[in-house]
Amino acid sequence: MYRYDVVDKTLVRERVAQFRDQTRRFLAGQLSDDEFRHLRLRNGLYIQRHAPMLRVAIPYGLLSSTQLRALGGIARRYDRGYGHFTTRQNIQYNWPKLEDVPDILAELAEVEMHAIQTSGNCIRNTTSDHLAGVSPDELEDPRPWCELIRQWSTFHPEFTYLPRKFKIAVTGAARDRAASQVHDVGVHLVHGAAGELGFEILAGGGLGRTPVIGQVVREFLPREHLLTYLEAILRVYNLEGRRDNLQKARIKILLRSLGIDEFRRRVEAEWESTRAGGPRVDDAHIERLRACFAPPAYRRLADGEPATGQETEFQAWYRYNTSAHKVPGYRAVFVSLKQPDVAPGDITDAQMELLADLAERYSFGEVRVTHTQNLLLADVEQQQAHELWRALREAGLATPNIGTLTDMICCPGLDFCSLANAGSIDVAKLINDRFADYDYLYDLGEIDIKISGCMNACGHHHVGHIGILGVDKSGEEWYQITIGGAAGNDASLGRVIGPSVPKAEVPETIARLIEVYVEQRQPEERFLDTVRRLGVQPFKQRVYDAPVAA
Amino acid sequence: MTRQLLRDGRIVVDDWRYAGESDGNAAAGLIFTFDRWQTERDAWPARGARVGVVLLPAHPVEALVPDLPRLSLIAAEFPGPSEGRGYSQARLLRERWKFRGELRATGYVHRDQLFFLARCGFNSFELPEDEFEFAQAALSTFSKAYQPSNDAGLPVKLQPL
Repeated sequence: MYRYDVVDKTLVRERVAQFRDQTRRFLAGQLSDDEFRHLRLRNGLYIQRHAPMLRVAIPYGLLSSTQLRALGGIARRYDRGYGHFTTRQNIQYNWPKLEDVPDILAELAEVEMHAIQTSGNCIRNTTSDHLAGVSPDELEDPRPWCELIRQWSTFHPEFTYLPRKFKIAVTGAARDRAASQVHDVGVHLVHGAAGELGFEILAGGGLGRTPVIGQVVREFLPREHLLTYLEAILRVYNLEGRRDNLQKARIKILLRSLGIDEFRRRVEAEWESTRAGGPRVDDAHIERLRACFAPPAYRRLADGEPATGQETEFQAWYRYNTSAHKVPGYRAVFVSLKQPDVAPGDITDAQMELLADLAERYSFGEVRVTHTQNLLLADVEQQQAHELWRALREAGLATPNIGTLTDMICCPGLDFCSLANAGSIDVAKLINDRFADYDYLYDLGEIDIKISGCMNACGHHHVGHIGILGVDKSGEEWYQITIGGAAGNDASLGRVIGPSVPKAEVPETIARLIEVYVEQRQPEERFLDTVRRLGVQPFKQRVYDAPVAA
Repeated sequence: MTRQLLRDGRIVVDDWRYAGESDGNAAAGLIFTFDRWQTERDAWPARGARVGVVLLPAHPVEALVPDLPRLSLIAAEFPGPSEGRGYSQARLLRERWKFRGELRATGYVHRDQLFFLARCGFNSFELPEDEFEFAQAALSTFSKAYQPSNDAGLPVKLQPL
């Protein structure tokens, strides 16, 4: 993976010093709440319901075992012994003390980490495919390009006070596992007519209050122009994006009001005029970055069937929680953070430390964060899978539910977040209680449930096969249900099935949607495809025709 | 009235005044609002004195381009802590339109913004009185940078074309 050079190290250290001074001035009463808010938000620090929340950047979701161990230590010493992985491949701490934050940042800097630009109206952490470099369907490894974008976007002097936050996702595989179509900018690695590497550039996607699927701005951008083109998009947005209304300030609104053709014309015109002096994609620099992500020292192995003859529980885990690897004899292993009794994405200090050890023993010392709030050990020998499974199971990290209905994406909701209208974690718990039979879950196949506690859509509910949105109804928590959303190549926005339902009725509502699917599905048809084939009507009818027994 | 400024890294007394500001200093350059400048621009060169213009966030930089040879100062205004258009305006003025005069940041300008403002091409800053003693240090908050911008002397990791 990428290791800091003297430039990275210096900048992160200098940032710690700057933030320490800003925190000191705030605590001494020299900065008002509002002034400090604008400064702390550039460093991932929110003031939340119970305490500050600190979001730490995990560039494109990649962690070394040393970093994961350090995150565990911070959770124990500065928090209440746990952390929360987010849909943007970052980690959040919910209980740090404001006055401790500079020290936490200093500890992070020691392991080449920071909280720079993890919040605020600036370019956020670049996200990517969690299977980058190991997936058989990959065209090119996106990580060198993610790292290039990370460097370019960090402390970009021109784009630190954008109209609103700005998120970039990069993917290089046939299958989009990074939800790139619902990002402000999606970058797809593609090959040109002569087989040369370039990029398809999308813009204007996003969730939140106004969900939009991104549109293609440029079908093929030669690789050397990546940064100048991003700079042109950002400049058009910075100058022309709305600043009078926070709800209309994302680039998707600008793109919509101009139309894709006019937006493209402005970006291209800006690019033509400024690209000559802009940051170039230096071949030597890219080669150095590529070398950082070179394949580890794989052993020469043959593919095997490690599940044969083992206990059924292992067989289920192997089937659902591991995925294909491009190198024979290896599998990518998901570490499920969706244990039924735990908030989705949460992990304890001890679990982090254990995983750091397991990563060193079984997966070349690296761990990845997926945008579905799980972790991944990307390079595990098939023959070691059983041993690894036993260690994970012992620690509560082997719930065999990846890709199933209980592998839910879920925001922190009313329990932690000051924006939320309703709880999310307790809804996930109710659904877990209702769908506790694994044989039934496996029979249902792939179903993405995504839960957000408010319109800001941190839980991506719009692109859930089943989306659950918390709404406040005269002080009570109710939930609006959508179906038919998807975040992959066939990205689509879910449609509302009807009036919202009270919290206690959410599990029964989900069960009725599933019933219709089970009755109507064709062989091999996913829930999503049945919804697309039949439309909302039969599902709606089943949910609302008979009242839910209390 | 005298106003202090941080200009080219040094604290100096401002030798400019905004149109409408009372001032005994007849030698002071005059800074017009953007709208007033549009009505004055044709008459101005004959008078031979230094002239500047205030640029608000919503003003297109291109509107000033024909006048750049006779403008000695452009003052971009930052109405509040979240305003960021001035950063792009500054880079356009410096890099695309080669403006070489004084580029001033005015309005909500504090030490925490100085480093990035300077990287975008601002060379003078109107600051609250109690910020001056910290302002010079703020210009060197960071000793390195990733991306090329409109600054000299800072080691940059990603080289320009």
